[in-house]
Amino acid sequence: MNLDRRQFLALTGGGLIASQAGGSAAKAQAVKTSANIVILGVGAAGTALANRLSERLDGARITLVDARKEHLYQPGLSLVAAGLKPPGYVVSQTKQWLPSDVAWVEERAAQIDPESKKVTTEGGTTLEYDYLVVATGLVLDHDAIEGFSLDLVGTDGVGALYAGPQYAEKTWRAAQAFSEKGGVGLFTRPATEMKCAGAPLKHAFLIDDIARRAGNAGKTDMRYMANNNSLFGVPIVAEKVRMLFQHRGIAPVYSHVLKSIDPGARRAVFDTPDGQAEMDYDYIHVIPPQRAPDVVRNSGLSWADKWTDQGWVEADAKTMRHLRYPEIFAVGDVAGVPKGKTAASVKWQVPVVEDHLVAAIGGGEGTAVYNGYTSCPLITRIGRAMLIEFDYGNNLVPSFPGVIAPLEELWISWLMKEIALKATYNAMLRGRA
Amino acid sequence: MKELSFGTLIAVFEEMMGRGLFWALVAVAALITLAYVYVLIRDRAVSWRKFLLAQLSMPVGAILAVLFVQYITHSGFRDVGGPVDAIIMLVIAILGAIGMAILVYTVQSLMRHSSSSEMP
Ligand SMILES: Cc1cc2nc3c(=O)[nH]c(=O)nc-3n(C[C@H](O)[C@H](O)[C@H](O)COP(=O)(O)OP(=O)(O)OC[C@H]3O[C@@H](n4cnc5c(N)ncnc54)[C@H](O)[C@@H]3O)c2cc1C
Repeated sequence: MNLDRRQFLALTGGGLIASQAGGSAAKAQAVKTSANIVILGVGAAGTALANRLSERLDGARITLVDARKEHLYQPGLSLVAAGLKPPGYVVSQTKQWLPSDVAWVEERAAQIDPESKKVTTEGGTTLEYDYLVVATGLVLDHDAIEGFSLDLVGTDGVGALYAGPQYAEKTWRAAQAFSEKGGVGLFTRPATEMKCAGAPLKHAFLIDDIARRAGNAGKTDMRYMANNNSLFGVPIVAEKVRMLFQHRGIAPVYSHVLKSIDPGARRAVFDTPDGQAEMDYDYIHVIPPQRAPDVVRNSGLSWADKWTDQGWVEADAKTMRHLRYPEIFAVGDVAGVPKGKTAASVKWQVPVVEDHLVAAIGGGEGTAVYNGYTSCPLITRIGRAMLIEFDYGNNLVPSFPGVIAPLEELWISWLMKEIALKATYNAMLRGRA
Repeated sequence: MKELSFGTLIAVFEEMMGRGLFWALVAVAALITLAYVYVLIRDRAVSWRKFLLAQLSMPVGAILAVLFVQYITHSGFRDVGGPVDAIIMLVIAILGAIGMAILVYTVQSLMRHSSSSEMP
């Protein structure tokens, strides 16, 4: 543990006073600037960065652009879809997280012109910038699944927990019915990059556990539909999951990507290397393909030769800086880096962007590097999880080596997910973790 | 964890309980400890009768602490999966036991001034 004087004061007597006095001292050392910074998207990444920049910079004009008034704590959706938390658990007001000295334009960005350094909103407002941070997250392309519509969620055995808190709750209704009645359960994932690749696994594990506890394990036929020939992007984790699935009787079905559903007939069609395959289901969990928002794809900021169907921002994997426009950074889900679509990655990426942005304002070069850190408490049943952490090199990078074994199903990892994760996430939003 | 510094830990605890409640709890814990030290100094000795009662309360504190953590986290004894889990459960139990013992001892001392017959 590294303690500086301020943290030490905060910990010992008179914590509150010391930490506040420390806060104002840090403010006094802030870099003076009149730079004009625009941040697109006020989700996990945009909020955390805005808070940190407002601490670090004195006099900067920081403008946030996002029409969404409600902030979503997305890692909580998995718990809502397993009946463990109410939908309200994941919802808070965007405003409550924002520093007082930033301007918030409550509209969506419609156009980015990186040549003339301007952003236009859907309401027609034009914002000029010296530095632009693209933190718009990603869009869930539900329309790409033929026959699927969000109205179906919760009925006829259809679940879609990514779609938001209300849908996660409806997903639980459909999943609960399946856990009681049994039948064939299909747990799908898209072939695109996706946020929290562990989430579809968690849902399969949790619904299996719930059916098992109700004494219905014999009635369910659980199938996990992998998009390729592996269950997870990190080989050692994939192998562990394969063993757990075998133990639990969850059948892996490789290289099956959901193409369409016929909700009336409860039949799904999958694209496979050998053509299309049909499968009947009693419950299906749909996670749609995920892509960068159109505003990003239309503005010429995406990679030209990678992820061309998905449009992630062409960013340097180590610095998150745009490769062609050095005054533009990408952070969070929208960034075109090989890993890192989790809130935990946001926590690692934001200080890197902060470092390079503040250095650029001061006329220098930043030194911080993002190593691809991504983490996911992979729930394997109610009460146990594996704390999976890895980097660009598919290395496991455990935070507590020798104490919390990454590939072991542990109670402590579950405690972290249920008690500590949201608090850590919120502290991150405030720029404090 | 990126920086598991005390600053981060405090930020996380503040988020868990709310700033007000967290610091109120810290204050209460500090006050109880102070009161404990105070009664020790005032009575110039440990009262063994009070200490005995405090010791008897320890298992209750231990069990309550473990059950409380399980209750707020949808989990149970069957979820203990590795040595670290057993250790964590033990730590929670020990913290509950110590907290309970100090509380019971201090409350007794504050309520009834110790009489000389209790002195060893
Ligand atoms: C089911 C599920 C489980 C998850 N579990 C975990 C987990 O266990 N651990 C973990 O670390 N992470 C987890 N995540 C991932 C994590 O929530 C995301 O990676 C994180 O929220 C990404 O932050 P972001 O700021 O990039 O995007 P978001 O938080 O999604 O925010 C993007 C913001 O951009 C805005 N926006 C979009 N388009 C525009 C536009 N045109 N103009 C302006 N604003 C726009 C949106 O309104 C939104 O507010 C999970 C996610 C899901 C869905």
